[in-house]
Amino acid sequence: MSPSTRHEFQSPPSAARRWESAALWLFRIATYVILICGAGVFGNIVVKGSKTVFTSTAPFINVAFFTEAPESLYVFEYQGQKREMGDREFRAFKTTHPEAKDIKAESYVYSAGGIFPCIVGTVLLVLGSMMIALTLGVSAAVYLSEYAKQGRAVTLIRLAILNLAGVPSIVFGLFGLGLFVIYLDWNVSLLAGWFTLAFMVLPVVITASEESLKAVPKGFREGSLALGATKWQTIRKNVLPYALPGILTSSILGIARVAGETAPIMFTAAYVVRDKLPWEGLTSVSDFFFQGVMALPYHIYVVSSKIPQNEYTERVQYGTAFVFLVIVALIATCSIVMRNKLRNRYKW
Amino acid sequence: MDIKSPFTTPASGRSIPVTPAPVGPTLIDIDHVDFFYGASQALHDINLKIEEKKVTAFIGPSGCGKSTLLRCLNRMNDLIDGTRVANGQIKIRGIDIYDRSVDVIELRKRVGMVFQKSNPFPKSIYENITYGLRLQGRSSKSDLDAVVEKSLRGAALWDEVKDRLHTSGLGLSGGQQQRLCIARAIAVEPEVILMDEPCSALDPIATVKVEELIQELRTKFTIVIVTHNMQQAARCSDKTAFFYMGKLIEFADTRAIFMNPANAQTEAYVSGRFG
Ligand SMILES: Nc1ncnc2c1ncn2[C@@H]1O[C@H](COP(=O)(O)OP(=O)(O)O)[C@@H](O)[C@H]1O
Ligand SMILES: [Mg+2]
Repeated sequence: MSPSTRHEFQSPPSAARRWESAALWLFRIATYVILICGAGVFGNIVVKGSKTVFTSTAPFINVAFFTEAPESLYVFEYQGQKREMGDREFRAFKTTHPEAKDIKAESYVYSAGGIFPCIVGTVLLVLGSMMIALTLGVSAAVYLSEYAKQGRAVTLIRLAILNLAGVPSIVFGLFGLGLFVIYLDWNVSLLAGWFTLAFMVLPVVITASEESLKAVPKGFREGSLALGATKWQTIRKNVLPYALPGILTSSILGIARVAGETAPIMFTAAYVVRDKLPWEGLTSVSDFFFQGVMALPYHIYVVSSKIPQNEYTERVQYGTAFVFLVIVALIATCSIVMRNKLRNRYKW
Repeated sequence: MDIKSPFTTPASGRSIPVTPAPVGPTLIDIDHVDFFYGASQALHDINLKIEEKKVTAFIGPSGCGKSTLLRCLNRMNDLIDGTRVANGQIKIRGIDIYDRSVDVIELRKRVGMVFQKSNPFPKSIYENITYGLRLQGRSSKSDLDAVVEKSLRGAALWDEVKDRLHTSGLGLSGGQQQRLCIARAIAVEPEVILMDEPCSALDPIATVKVEELIQELRTKFTIVIVTHNMQQAARCSDKTAFFYMGKLIEFADTRAIFMNPANAQTEAYVSGRFG
């Protein structure tokens, strides 16, 4: 519209209008910056990681990376050809090729093989800590919101729990080291890691559980009690089932996040390297709980900062990071799918 | 206070019984009860004898303590921190229900309740009805089936839901939901059914159905119903208690309360001049 045909609804230029568009652009740019950073991080890991995880020939997935333990990589020249081999393969090669017995090879630690023990370790850590955190957290939430007399004491406890969520993970790691590893003498073990991780995720579990419990209408409780149910019967049959979807989703998401932390497990549960898988070489059931494990986040930490960096380590770093991302995303997706399923079942 | 009272409080502040001699045997004897929410007193010296197999209505302007008194009868007020019956006793068949020896679970099995906001559980109709029975450990299918049918028939709901017993109770209409709650309450065979404004959320047709149901239930149960609807009290109760500001003002045969109230406040209220 040309300026000559001004009409009454046209805006006169004003400061408010200039601020309006400035604000709009500020918000818009902030959003795009975040998007670009996020895409950069994910893209980088996905692109570089998929070089390790996927292959160009069938079965298109680097099966060994998922099923083998980390090994040293040996790079050597043989008959004028550059060869790369994992530790075991290299030793086998030397026995079948006696002339290569004294061959000079450069070795790169952890750069061959796969990350199977780390996946196993992380899965065990997640499952165990989830069980402990859910048991303790849901019980505490039930007590706080259903049984305890609401008052200053309960408010203080809630505040303390919320504050616990802000405690840095390294502090939880040291707490676990001090209490479980040293004082209780559990050593670096699954059990110590479970409890440390569980304690770390407890604030999330308790807060989410309390919120979910509160969302269950009061009428369900009154209706049940009026029929002669005890408090516990009421909670078990008519409150917890309806709170469960919310509790599980938030808790599992919390666990998935905590499982990514390196600090809490590096003192309490994680080994740099371990030859045996958790179910190998056990002499008694308790051995299972008192063994350390390898874990994905700690492995990423080790291969990115504890060993000499070179072109071969990058492969493991990005591969592990990629696998780890996928696992966390899977856990999150599962929890959301489960929530939606449960929600449909327990709708009101 | 949002109520414009044309009256000053009666000088004595005590209830003024004008009841002709009670006809039936007393089931619930409310004897000089004072009730407190923390520091604030909600009931003042309530004296009331509720007769067996009669419908007793509590009427009065909102906030006068009807629900509070009703919830004293099955000790639902126990759920609220800081509440107490400070003086007096509530006796059911001569037993003080606030006595330490009384198990509140047993009490609530005998004194059922229907709430203002119908609260069917998000379970199937069948499971709603059997909820209370399963709590008591009854699980034989034929037993439960029989109780479900009997209770639903008792609540005049059987014909409407018999083909969808295993669908959610939340799929029913508002009036059906409230009758489902009544069926759930009578399934555990209480002696007393407390109803707290059971029709306040229902449309007129559903209200009529519930009122008809109350007429049928009175032969088997002692019913105490809170209502702010005076026509409802007039239509379906035998005895009516009028409360005002935490006090029992008048308690008499329903006919007497509505036709010939002894107290000027009662008269003002039932003739719609306040409240
Ligand atoms: N949970 C509660 N805590 C404190 N005061 C309450 C509570 N419930 C009701 N009251 C008070 O007790 C009085 C009686 O309430 P209520 O029995 O619900 O009245 P009615 O059912 O007759 O409308 C009111 O003044 C109300 O504010
Ligand atoms: Mg009320």
